Amino acid sequence: MEYFLQLFFSGLSRGSVYALIALGYTMVYGIIELINFAHGEIYMIGAFTGLIVAGVLTSLGWPVLSILAVGIIVSVLYSAAYGYTVEKIAYKPLRNAPRLAPLISAIGMSILLQNYIMLAQTPDFLPFPRLIPDFAFMAPYQSFLDTGDLFIISTSLVVMVALTLFIKFTRMGKAMRATAQNRKMAMLVGVNVDQVISMTFIIGSGLAAVGGVLIAAHVGQINFYIGFIAGLKAFTAAVLGGIGSIPGAVLGGLVLGWTESFATGYVSSDYEDVFAFCLLILILIFRPAGLLGKQRAQKV
Amino acid sequence: MATNTLAANLKKSAIAALWLAFLTLPVMVIRVDTVEKTITWRWMHLLYMLVGSFVLAIAWHFMMDRRDRGAAARETEGGVQDSALSRTLNNPRVLRPLMALGFLVAATFPWVFSMYQTNILVSALIYVVLGLGLNITVGLAGLLDLGYVAFYAVGAYAYALLNYHFHLGFWTVLPMAAILGSFFGILLGFPVLRLRGDYLAIVTLGFGQIVKLVLENWNSFSFGPSGVSNISRPGLFGYSYSVEQATTYIYYIMLALVLLAILVTTRLKDSRIGRAWLALREDEIACQAMGIDNTRAKLMAFSLGATLAAVMGAVFAAKTTFINPASFSFMESAMILAIVVLGGMGSILGVILGAFLLILLPEYMRAFSEYRMLLFGATMILVMVFRPEGLIKARRKVYKINTETA
Repeated sequence: MEYFLQLFFSGLSRGSVYALIALGYTMVYGIIELINFAHGEIYMIGAFTGLIVAGVLTSLGWPVLSILAVGIIVSVLYSAAYGYTVEKIAYKPLRNAPRLAPLISAIGMSILLQNYIMLAQTPDFLPFPRLIPDFAFMAPYQSFLDTGDLFIISTSLVVMVALTLFIKFTRMGKAMRATAQNRKMAMLVGVNVDQVISMTFIIGSGLAAVGGVLIAAHVGQINFYIGFIAGLKAFTAAVLGGIGSIPGAVLGGLVLGWTESFATGYVSSDYEDVFAFCLLILILIFRPAGLLGKQRAQKV
Repeated sequence: MATNTLAANLKKSAIAALWLAFLTLPVMVIRVDTVEKTITWRWMHLLYMLVGSFVLAIAWHFMMDRRDRGAAARETEGGVQDSALSRTLNNPRVLRPLMALGFLVAATFPWVFSMYQTNILVSALIYVVLGLGLNITVGLAGLLDLGYVAFYAVGAYAYALLNYHFHLGFWTVLPMAAILGSFFGILLGFPVLRLRGDYLAIVTLGFGQIVKLVLENWNSFSFGPSGVSNISRPGLFGYSYSVEQATTYIYYIMLALVLLAILVTTRLKDSRIGRAWLALREDEIACQAMGIDNTRAKLMAFSLGATLAAVMGAVFAAKTTFINPASFSFMESAMILAIVVLGGMGSILGVILGAFLLILLPEYMRAFSEYRMLLFGATMILVMVFRPEGLIKARRKVYKINTETA
């Protein structure tokens, strides 16, 4: 039972991080129907910014929790700025181009960012400082739920609730929903679509950065390549839940997290990534609209 | 007016440069070594970024203006102007002597240049064929395949393992690799038929990863990350030959395969199925409405592309005599895609040129090879934004209808 609970919670924390990244994919896809391949790289840049901030603040002798807080805030801001810039450079000029064009430029952007970090920082794995301390009150549950997992789960929950409230109740959130439903109509009723798209990239990138710093602090090491696999898995989560749907992305992330956690715990750990990709292919074949997505007829 | 736009451009570029310098500040300037607990501040990088991005931003805005003016001109005049390069190279009077010269150089290359040069050229030729293969799927049929390297791996492992276990020779395995490749192409093609462009891209990417992960982890089958070594070189009627002669021999095999691939793809392009592919690329629904069997056309594109990749895999294994899963990463797929995109999607001449540029340039400019993938990424973005047709625009065959005799 304890082993089961341990897998359950590690799957939950893993799934929450997938969900955080998947939200970015799903929001962007909902609005401009583009798979933002560079999204995983934004997450990786978030983790690197967190590492740099943590390194500098540690040398100044700050307390651990405040380093974590500042690290998350700075990397969210930076990642959001990256997301905004990536959209302006690689996607905006291609708004009216054939579908394949932004997809290819997204792949180009992903390769560019990966190599930029590799050249500017390091090609090797860097140990990430331990920023999540062991709380005393957690001691009785330590055997199946460690503090890192708890921290990730609760932070993600707060962020997701905040996002839901933002989308539901703010003016910008309303504009986003309108644009996702029908971009042309939204434009006609006076929604500044360019602004909405920029905002979507900013929010999505910020969420990915939260995930990046949390997972890096939990796992304890990063390198320039982590964004690629994480991005692919988060995309799987988004598709699993139904791309374009925000609750779907969260559900998809959790399902994927649990699948991986239980599969590696009970079956084999060698094929950890294969499970995710097989899941992706199976969903796309049998239920392309995902768990919560609506089956829509293709417009002609 | 002109000075006005210039001033505006400079101002915009200065803002962009400041923004980019700010954006890259933490990553470029600070390097934290968490093992040694040291922090290096590299303020010079900030200066480089400022100057570099300012220059790039000026060029970017200049190109953007040109692009927008070009779009406006096209709307008023109608008809798309070919660039000077594609016009010259598509002109048969230039092309034919150029081809003859190219053929002459290609035929005598191993006798004139060293073994090292020949080896490099062989890898460039392998990429030419890989590019031509991917060009069928991406360029002609418009199916973005990001796991293309999986088929390359299938061919390479087919030869390596059959050679290891059953001592089968290169020439026996070559057709088998081709059949296996097309089988895998259909295997991947079937489930993804219903998917639209972007889903297709991600599924093929996942497929490529699965193949690589299986090769890495299934030790009893593929010898895991350490790979297969001591693969035999191609046989030559039982003669034995030195390493140097082997290079020359493989070079000629490759040359023949390149010519074959060019012939096949050129003929395919103007054939019935080729026209079906182009129609499929332009509009799937309209294509179906015209009575084209979409399923068949897509499967054909997948399996033909995969066949070429698998054949190249076998040649690659025979050339290097050692393979491991690391040679078949996503970056390889991305590189082949970059070749097709830069060269011009659908354009055979463009793909050949693209392969030579992207493989030979980093090879001869060693200082630059570290930045190779960085530049590939940038190239893909820039080509898509400013020159979606690539270096050489694909030309469609024009069918003339003679009205007088009708």
